[in-house]
Amino acid sequence: MPPRFTPKVVTANALLDGDAVWLTEDDRWSPLISDAELITDEAHADLRLLQAKARASEIAGAYLADARMGADGPEPLHFREAFRTRGPSNYPHGKQVAPQSRT
Amino acid sequence: MYVYNDFDETFVRARVAQFRAQVERRIDGSLTEDEFKPLRLMNGLYLQLHAYMLRVAVPYGTLNPAQMRQLAYIADRWDKGYGHFTTRQNIQYNWPKLGDVPDMLEALADVGMHAIQTSGNTIRNVTADHFAGAAADEIEDPRAIAELLRQWSTDHPEFQFLPRKFKIAVTGAAADRAVTRAHDIGLVVVRNDAGDVGYQVIVGGGLGRTPMVGKVLRDFVSKADLLPYVEAIVSVYNLLGRRDNKYKARIKITLHENGIETIRDLVEDRFDAIRAGFGGYDQTLLAEIEKSFSPPAFVTKATDGYEAARLANPAFRSWSDTNLSAHKAPGYAIVSISIKKHGATPGDATSDQMRVMADLAERYGHGELRISHEQNVILPHVHQADLPAIYAALRKADLATANIGLASDIIACPGMDYCALATARSIPIAQQIATRFDELKIEHDVGPLKIKISGCINACGHHHVGHIGILGLDRAGVENYQITLGGDGTETTTIGERAGPGFSADDIVPAIERLVTGYLDLRRDQSETFLQTYRRLGLAPFKTLLYPNEDKADAA
Ligand code: HEM
Ligand code: SF4
Repeated sequence: MPPRFTPKVVTANALLDGDAVWLTEDDRWSPLISDAELITDEAHADLRLLQAKARASEIAGAYLADARMGADGPEPLHFREAFRTRGPSNYPHGKQVAPQSRT
Repeated sequence: MYVYNDFDETFVRARVAQFRAQVERRIDGSLTEDEFKPLRLMNGLYLQLHAYMLRVAVPYGTLNPAQMRQLAYIADRWDKGYGHFTTRQNIQYNWPKLGDVPDMLEALADVGMHAIQTSGNTIRNVTADHFAGAAADEIEDPRAIAELLRQWSTDHPEFQFLPRKFKIAVTGAAADRAVTRAHDIGLVVVRNDAGDVGYQVIVGGGLGRTPMVGKVLRDFVSKADLLPYVEAIVSVYNLLGRRDNKYKARIKITLHENGIETIRDLVEDRFDAIRAGFGGYDQTLLAEIEKSFSPPAFVTKATDGYEAARLANPAFRSWSDTNLSAHKAPGYAIVSISIKKHGATPGDATSDQMRVMADLAERYGHGELRISHEQNVILPHVHQADLPAIYAALRKADLATANIGLASDIIACPGMDYCALATARSIPIAQQIATRFDELKIEHDVGPLKIKISGCINACGHHHVGHIGILGLDRAGVENYQITLGGDGTETTTIGERAGPGFSADDIVPAIERLVTGYLDLRRDQSETFLQTYRRLGLAPFKTLLYPNEDKADAA
């Protein structure tokens, strides 16, 4: 039996300001992981990543990150991805103060 | 101070114009990220976790007040009002917007600065002793040769695609303040038996995943021979260095795999072949450059005020005990301004603080500032008579922390708060350790102690050469901190030894506290430093401090 597929979200950095963004089911880039499409099928994940990468004028560095379903939508599994939903820990900068930049 | 010549100016402006066009094509989608990435990296622009990051070179760490003010202006206009000074004598901006970067580069060019070759497989920003031109123990100011190397390496056609990045550091004194033995090439100014000034050439040092201490390739290379000799090293490496495996590509591995004798012979052959081609032009240029590094016009003033202030003000006395170093000119001192206030981010300065430091340099410091690899700012030429006024101004700007060389003067890389390569955070650990030592009020008693933290194996925070090194790792999805002990980044460079299993983010600060308070009981007397005690006793007693329960478990 193949190992179980961990659900994924497609994430990237917005092209203009580098802010972390997530791909939604209706093909928007949201600054909130909770808006993301949670992908439970491996083949679909690969396809969504390819589609994301093609959007060169909107984002940079798209990749698949592990996630799980939480109360308000998808949540990160790994601490690195959790930091990306907030911002740095040494200043109140980044999303933790103002989730801006929608593309 | 060295002022860029017309060639530099034209070159930098042309590069900015070129990059502006590339950014436009990236934004309109005609360049993909894969195409754009190498172009932006060549201009010092990284993409990090939450934003872009612009890395600006401060060649040999030297800045004038106008440049420092411009860095402050850039921080206010296009970033979040601060900058981060790094171990590579760079300044990094953590929040630039892609579309603004060409304007930022233009603003840098206005004061003769740029972000070229701060990245990529080229010869990087040449670093130098931050006390260059001022230190009492110096044979000669190493910055002239650093500048010659910079001019020679900038856009050098043969060396734009080396197997890997290439870092050169120079120091003018036997006391190594530039970590030359952890660089691809380290140059140490020495005198031979005849009394001539030349260079000891060290190669193959490096940190990162395979830390190595550089080895002496030649004990003495004359000034006239230095550039062809360095070029010979880089050429030999360019041909021999491995391009098949990024982790084996640095010259330290080339040296390790081929042996120093082979490399030495190849370098000597290559040197013989190219030496004549240099034809003395470099020496004419060097003579020109040396003039621009001539010492400032030192003055003579009474120092009674300084002595009186020391007696009258214990806080000033404490600051002058820790933050001053011996200057070569009578009556002068070197001031290290700590940008490591307890609990603050190591190396960060606000734009207001930058302006205060620029003003002080202008008013009292012969117009010079330095960035140290230890992430502090230096006023290299200050008369003792002016120290009380400087201290008062620093205090007002929250820059008067008296901790240079002490436990809270921590080097920390950006780690997972910013860096996309990180495996754990480093800044909060540094903040917590410094805060804790401030609460304990023991760091002055503890004395010289270098704690260095990296957020991944790349070792940008120099943890291998910290007396106490901390490496942040990801252990099964949790931040974990590994301690190394006994490292040293000076003329007696040593790679620290791993102390044992790592600690969680919650346990690492208490572990460091046990080490340091435990050392106080282990040292012979107050004069024996942490490093000396470690060298005398070895790892065992420190291990007991770190893992107190283990002994009991063993005994049971
Ligand atoms: C986005 C941020 C950064 C990236 C992507 C980055 C990348 C790297 C990598 C990949 C290495 C390992 C090189 C090797 O072993 O071949 C390295 C080493 C190093 N970097 Fe960074 N770095 C970053 C930030 C910094 C900062 C902030 C500093 C200064 C504080 C710094 C200074 C150094 C130093 C001193 C080394 C080790 C010396 C050596 O080259 O062996 N880096 N860096
Ligand atoms: S050591 Fe690692 S985490 Fe720290 S700056 Fe370098 S690459 Fe980033």
